[in-house]
Order: sequence, then C-alpha cells, then structure tokens
Amino acid sequence: MTREDIITNINKLLVDEFEIDENSIVPSAGILEVLKIDSLDLVDLVVLIEKKFGFKVQGEDMAAIKTMEDFYEFIINRLAVQNK
Amino acid sequence: MKRVVITGMGIYSCIGKNLEEVRNNLYSGKSGIGIDPERKPLGFRSALTGIIEQPRLKGVLPRRLRIGLAEQGEYAYLSTYEALKYAAIDEEFLERNEVGIIFGNDSSAKAVIDGIDVMRDKKDTMLLGSAPIFQSMNSTVTMNLSCIFKLKGINFTLSAACASGSHAVGVGYLLIKNSLQEIIVCGGAQEINPYSMGSFDALSAFSINEKSPFQSSRPFDRDRDGLIPSGGAASLVLESYESAKKRGAIILGELTGYGFSSNGEHISIPNVDGPARAIKMSLKDANCRIEEIDYINAHATSTPVGDATEAKAIDSVFGKSKPLISSTKSMTGHECWMAGASEIVYSLIMMKESFIAPNINFENPDEDSAKLNITAKTIDKNIYTFLSNSFGFGGTNSTIIVKKYKE
Repeated sequence: MTREDIITNINKLLVDEFEIDENSIVPSAGILEVLKIDSLDLVDLVVLIEKKFGFKVQGEDMAAIKTMEDFYEFIINRLAVQNK
Repeated sequence: MKRVVITGMGIYSCIGKNLEEVRNNLYSGKSGIGIDPERKPLGFRSALTGIIEQPRLKGVLPRRLRIGLAEQGEYAYLSTYEALKYAAIDEEFLERNEVGIIFGNDSSAKAVIDGIDVMRDKKDTMLLGSAPIFQSMNSTVTMNLSCIFKLKGINFTLSAACASGSHAVGVGYLLIKNSLQEIIVCGGAQEINPYSMGSFDALSAFSINEKSPFQSSRPFDRDRDGLIPSGGAASLVLESYESAKKRGAIILGELTGYGFSSNGEHISIPNVDGPARAIKMSLKDANCRIEEIDYINAHATSTPVGDATEAKAIDSVFGKSKPLISSTKSMTGHECWMAGASEIVYSLIMMKESFIAPNINFENPDEDSAKLNITAKTIDKNIYTFLSNSFGFGGTNSTIIVKKYKE
C-alpha cells in the first residue's frame, strides 16, 4: 500500500464510521476538531484502527497525535514497522 | 388521585412497522410468523419466529446516539418516535417539561454474547469499543431513548419476564395517578435474534409446526403445541388528564385499572389463582363491573398449560358475563417483554377503529377454552372497556384496564 493509499483508507474509515464530512479532513487541522469526537469515540477509534490495520494503538500514542498529519504519519510508520 | 389517559401510541412489530400497517393486519387476521434459517444450524428445536425487518438508522440518528442501541432499542426508538408524534409532543415541549420513560425489557442477549466473543478472541477489553456496555445492560432501551429524546423525567427499565411491558405501563399509571409525574412514555421492547431465544427453545416451549408457520400459533385451540417467539417494540404516552386537556391532546383512552400478583409457586408452571387475583384487583382498581368489560386481550401464548390456566382464571371471574376474547399472539407470536405494552396498543387500535381482532387458528376448543367467548373471526363492534392480561416466569401477573375516553 502506498502512502496515498493509506491516507485514502484512513479518510474513508473516518467518513464511513464517524460520519464526518470528507471536506473537513485537512492534514493541518487538529484531529479532535476534525473528528468532533469525545472520550467514548476515542475508544472506538482504537477498535477501528485494530480492525483496519491490524495493530492496537496505545493511550500514550494517541496523546502524541495532535493533527490529522500526525495521525497519518503514526499509522504509516506503524504499518512500515509491521511490514518489515 | 389523578385520572390517567393515553395520548400517544407507536408500534414496530412482526405484523407491521407502524400503526397503519398493524391496524390493517389485525383487522385481516394476518400472521407475522415465519422461519428463521439461522436457527436449525444453531441446534434449535424450532425455527419458527416472528419475522421483523431490521431498521436502518444510519443517517437517521447521529452516530453517538445510535451505536448504543441494541436490536430491541432500535425497535423502541421507532415505536417511541411514532408515539410522541401521535401525542404531538415535540423537541421544544420535551426541553421545557419533565417527561419520563419506563420500559419493560428483560434481556439484551446478543449484545452480551457479541461482546464476550470479542473478549475471548482478542483477550483485550479495549477492543470491545464503546457500544457494548450501553447495548448489553438490561436498561439499554431507557438509557438510550432518554438521551435520544432528551427526556427529563423518571427514567428506568422494569424487568418482569413476559409481563415486563404490562407492569411498565402499570407503574407509569401509578406514578401519574399519584401526581408524581405528568407524562411518561411507557412501553416494552423485545429482541428476536436467535441468541436471545436459544435458552427458551431449550425448554421445548416452542411450537414445532414448521410446515405451517401461519397456523403454528393457535392460542386456546385444542391442537396447540407451543408458543412462537417474537419481538419488536411498543410505546404508549401516558398522561394526566389535566395535562392532556391543557395541551389539547387527542385522548385515545383512559387507563383505569392495574392489577398485579405473584403465583408464589413454580418458576415456569402457571396457576389459576395468581392471574385471577390480578384480574380481580384491576377490576376493583377501575371500579368496574365484569359486565362492563367488552373485550379481553388474553395473554394466551399457545402453550398447552398456560392457555388452560388462563382460561380457567378468566372463567372464574367472567363466567357470567362472557366478554369477547382473543389472543393477538395468534398473529404476532409471543412478544415476551414487549407483549404487555404491544397488546395494549393492539387493543387501543381496536377500540379506536371499533373492531375486535381475531384469535386466528382457533378451530376447536378444549374443555377450558370452550367455556370462553373466543372469536376466531374479526368482529366489527364498539369497545368501551378492554382488559389486557400478561403473565411471566416466576409467576408474575399484570392486568391493565382501559376505558374509552369520556369527559
């Protein structure tokens, strides 16, 4: 999967599951602002990532993710490690 | 004591997804029973069940309000939406007034089992997500609907086996009668997935007449061989008379009597005394003579023992007046936790439309049902007062009486 494929998949996941407007997904935007999610939704985000990409996000990982760009990079890097 | 009236109703069942569909199917005596092909591979003795279309609420409710709903909660959302609309209660009214909710519900098996499957597979509770806790608790219906409709009054779930829905209506009635609340949405909800019914099938309580699903539920008939599990949800808006008049609400009927009792005997084998006491208590509460009851919506589920004991109980009280009787379970199957509420909705539809729905498949009486005035055909007739029975495991009994509204 290319970097673009992964980003497309992440965006599709967020649009499908969190029912957000695709146009609101801007890389520089804050992840909480884009997803408009609360603490319960963060629990669901962990589940969705595990289902879609096969690894579990830890609480400390999420704490370091501020923007959508951070989120993409985190997933891309984890997948790269996983695929080595 | 306040007068308690009914100003709204809604239904989602195997004989219709709204009041109009249900009215038509009640009148024409159409069965909602069919075969679920998933059941035999799971080891079910009977694959018979009420067949219900699963609602699609994605796009109807926002995600956070939707994902906590278990199957029966989705049904209850739709029946409650219809009931509040009927009662002309809108968001603005709910914002400004304390409207309560009491539902009968006694399981959320699929949500529990699905969650446990994930735990066993992943061995990590974090991977359950946020929905299972809100779907799996017994109070799942009321905890979700109170948030969806922004309800600010009393808020709890009542569990009393197959009398849950009836007791929920009865308790709502008592709260309004005693001036503790002006408006309460009362109802019952029932999941119908195979996981929720396996342990019931284990008791050999279900009909095995799989060749003729429409003929399988035959309450009071000599050749009945068991009940058919079913489900859905029903909602009623109970309101004080003063509140209804002040709002200019349409009054569907007046709830005048609630009777209850416990058999104090066997966990699954009913008796005659318990139901008879609940019926008598409801008549006393309603200050109602037996001759005033025009119609009895019987609990009769189509089991050999249950129908016989109810027939004896009814005959012991109404032996002289012989009101018309039908069990709408002949069409719906046994809607379990929901049945007490749905059967009040069915009876209210009959009262409003001046007909008595048939006890379909009642072809030959047995020695107990022969003493009752059971109708196998639809009868066009005014109903001024009806009585609805509901009984459940553990010997819990509930009887509700509703009168046509008069000033």
